[in-house]
Amino acid sequence: MVANNRPLSPHLQVYRWGLHMALSILHRVTGSALGLGTLVLAWWLMAIAAGPAYYGQFQDFILHPFGRLVLFGLSYALIFHLLNGIRHLYWDMGLGLEVKSVQRSGQGVVALSLVLTIAVWVGGYYAAGRLS
Amino acid sequence: MRTPLGKARGLGPARNGTAHWWAQRMTSVALVPLVVWFIVSIAALTGADHATIVAWIANPFTAVLLALMVIAGFYHLKLGGQVIIEDYVHHEGLKIAGLMALNFACAAVGLASIFAILKISFGS
Repeated sequence: MVANNRPLSPHLQVYRWGLHMALSILHRVTGSALGLGTLVLAWWLMAIAAGPAYYGQFQDFILHPFGRLVLFGLSYALIFHLLNGIRHLYWDMGLGLEVKSVQRSGQGVVALSLVLTIAVWVGGYYAAGRLS
Repeated sequence: MRTPLGKARGLGPARNGTAHWWAQRMTSVALVPLVVWFIVSIAALTGADHATIVAWIANPFTAVLLALMVIAGFYHLKLGGQVIIEDYVHHEGLKIAGLMALNFACAAVGLASIFAILKISFGS
């Protein structure tokens, strides 16, 4: 970039952090994480297609504490991105854009994403107990 | 979603008008029910063995829904990732390399996923 002395519009650092800013950047962070997470999805599908021996390798990874941590992170990222994405679609219709509504829907997304992620994991462990 | 005026003016500085924005919304709307179905299904399959998972994916309804989610998902990732790269990577060469890597990766990982779904469905 050519250096110039034109006045610049104030950027991120001059604003006081709020929930709306945190959720906005978290939407991009979770989106990027899910982008990397597609590798786990593709590995899962390829391992199933390749046969039980390869699927066993995938299961070894996902059942390891580190694998479970990765999967928990991805499940939270997916649920957060899904809920906050619905919030974005709602805004696209020109609704809920008042400061108060944005604040309230943001709090709702944070609470609901945590509750649903825990519910999915409780449901998962319940299903695993039922299957074995 | 393109206005006649937008077309006449050469579709704006990006030369494709609202096409990118609109495709991002279309894939978002498609992904909402698909991802909800996927999360619920995967949670219910926790701890399932290889044969059970194969039988689930081999079901035509599962295979089609999974393939739709993969297609919409990777298209959505390509569009979203592109905006992130354009916003944060200011070096022109790095930006082009990043966009190429993103598109190649989406095509490759997406194709691998689709191929695996088809192979499981048609039997190995």
